[in-house]
Order: sequence, then structure tokens, then C-alpha cells
Amino acid sequence: MSLSNEFSKGFYKENPVFKLALGLCPTLAVSNSVQNAIGMGAAATFVLLCSNVIISMIRKGVPKKIRIPIYIVVIATFVTIVDLVMAGFAPALHKSLGIFVPLIVVNCVILGRAEAYAGKNSVLYSFIDGLGMGIGFTFALAIIAVVRELLGDGKLWGIPMFGSGFEPVLLLILPPGAFLTLGMFLGLFNWLDTKRSAA
Amino acid sequence: MEFNELLIIAVSAIFINNFVLTRFLGICPYIGVSKNMDSAVGMGFAVIFVMTLASMVTWLINAFMLKPTTSNIFYIIFNAEAPPDLTYLKTIAFILVIASLVQFVEMVVQKVSPALYKSLGIFLPLITTNCAILGVALLNLDNDYNFIASIVHGLAAGVGFTLALVLMAGIREKLEMAPIPKALQGIPIAFLMAGLMSIAFLGFSGLKIQ
Repeated sequence: MSLSNEFSKGFYKENPVFKLALGLCPTLAVSNSVQNAIGMGAAATFVLLCSNVIISMIRKGVPKKIRIPIYIVVIATFVTIVDLVMAGFAPALHKSLGIFVPLIVVNCVILGRAEAYAGKNSVLYSFIDGLGMGIGFTFALAIIAVVRELLGDGKLWGIPMFGSGFEPVLLLILPPGAFLTLGMFLGLFNWLDTKRSAA
Repeated sequence: MEFNELLIIAVSAIFINNFVLTRFLGICPYIGVSKNMDSAVGMGFAVIFVMTLASMVTWLINAFMLKPTTSNIFYIIFNAEAPPDLTYLKTIAFILVIASLVQFVEMVVQKVSPALYKSLGIFLPLITTNCAILGVALLNLDNDYNFIASIVHGLAAGVGFTLALVLMAGIREKLEMAPIPKALQGIPIAFLMAGLMSIAFLGFSGLKIQ
């Protein structure tokens, strides 16, 4: 396994949201604007990166039976750091993400990577894996948020994109829009895969 | 707290701010366990049980260990000068409490009622990483609910989750027979159905309760 391969697998081939269907709660909840999506993606990437590195460092000393609680404590520590830093430096973002910042603890992407990768691989590989998966997660959030914000609000990153004649599809900003958009994206990627394997 | 206020909390947690369809909490089990009715009902009851218990325990932890009041346990034990403010530890404290609570419940149920364990047992370990449980604990805190209101909110949130899960399981059992395009089979169609259900639940947001 090459480093570049480990890095790029999170983008598409093993994308945590579209391919592995992990971390869906924050994906649905914060994808109503691109700013929120990037903010959540960055926070989750930081936690994923740090927890992957620490867990990979301590992996030889962790008894197998209690590894999950130990992983959770490591993750929760970094989530607390992110929570406090975000509240201090980006209060507006912290407010609009709401309880989903502390809920990064139970984001299954992070615990999933700890269990499936960082607990078995070296520090360097775990770092690369965390970075790749984090970027893949951010990318997935951003692409859903672009569709929802553009069609549902007529804006991108808060800037109006269309003239005043544009009638926004309000439904996409509301909760149902999150489910429908994600469902369509999952279907689209399935369809692309079957086309590719058939060709 | 009056009965009316508790009723409002309950109705709004079940219908208006349904945990799954409006707040997006607990999506993983919602999609993962809704393939057949029996496991959906089992999971639903396990979640109601753990959510109510978790609301109760996390409220007590917050009131007597984290909040800077004169009844803080650490203030009393260590004879500190001022009550310590430990609320920044809430994420770590709550997730540990929930994880150990789930383990404990699993052991108790196994000893006390093997029949119940057989039907709920496999769902209990999954609940630790169900974000709805930690979510309800954090929401209780954000909304400044008192002890009774927290328990009612936890119970109602669990009922709302179960309602959404059981409805979804019913729909998905019927979907087995339906001719669905190949690319949409499985998880994608489940999300589209969830979207339609969410539209239906959006109707409750017009509900005015006094």
C-alpha cells in the first residue's frame, strides 16, 4: 500500500459519506449552507487527524477488551478542544452548528477510522489516512451543501447568485431537503459505479 | 413545573422537533435497523429505555458534579474556596457515563430477564454511538430543563425516535416488493422515503400549542 493511495482513497473510492454511509447525522444537519459544511468538515478533520495519530501511538499498550472506551476518551478530549477554540474564535459558526460540535464525539467516521485503521497501522499511515478521510468527509458535506444552498436559498457562501427573479426551492433548506439531496447523491454514485463496472 | 409545560415538551419532542426527521439525530440506526419490523421495535424500546435513563443520570451529573454551585460534590469533598466550574468537561463526562450506563444496563438485563435480553440484547451495544442519546443529554442542558422535565424530554425523544423507526420499517418491508431502479435500491431509496416522511412531519410545525 502506497502513501498516496492511502491518502486519496477517502476522496471517492472509500468516501466516508457516499461509499461507507458513515457520519450521516452531521452530514444531514449542517449541510444547509456551505459555510456550515466547511466549518463542520474542518472541525471533524482536526479531531480525526489528532485522534488517529494518538490512537496509533498508543495502539500497542491498549488492552483489546477496553479499547473502545479508550478511543472514545481520546476523541472526546479533542472534541472538547475544538468546542472551546471554536466558541472563542468563531462564535457565529459555533452557534449555528449548535449541539453538533460536541456530537462529533459520536461521529462514526472518527471511531470507525480509529477501530479499522489507526489501531492497526503506523503513525505516519494513520496521519495520512485521517487527513484523506477528513478531506473526503468535508468534500461530501460541501457538495451536498452547494446543492442545497444554491437551489434552496439562491446563494453560495452567503452571496446571492441569481437575480431577483429567482424563486428559491425552500424545501431544500428545510430538513426534508437534506434527506432528498443525500438520497439522490447516493443513487447517483451507485449509478456511476455500475456504469463504470459495466464498461 | 406544571403538567401543561411537560405536555408541551413531550408533544414537541415527539412530533414537532422529531429527533430523527427534524433534528437529524440517530440517523445511523434509523437507516441500519429499519429493514424489518421486529428489530425496529426492539431497537425502539431499547432506545426509549436508555434515553430516559441517560437523561436522568446526565442531569444529576451536571447538577452535582459539573455546575459551579455550593452543592457541587467536589466543592464539598475538597473544601474548596469557590465552587469549581467543570461544565467544559460535559462532553467527556456525558459520553463516558452513557457508555458505562449502556454496559451496565446490558449486564442487568442479562441477569434479571434473559427473555428481554434476547430481544433487546444485540441492540444495546449499538446504542452507545447513537448520537440521539448524547444529543438528548446536551439538549436538556441547553434548554435548562429541571429534573422532571429532563426525564419527560428523554422519554418523549425516545418515543419520537421509535415512531419514526417503526413507520420506516413498515414502509421498507413494503418496498421489498416494489420495482425500484437498481441504482436507488437499499440506502438511497431509504433516504428518499425519509425525505417524504420528513415533509409529512413538517406539517406538525404548524401546530400551535399553548
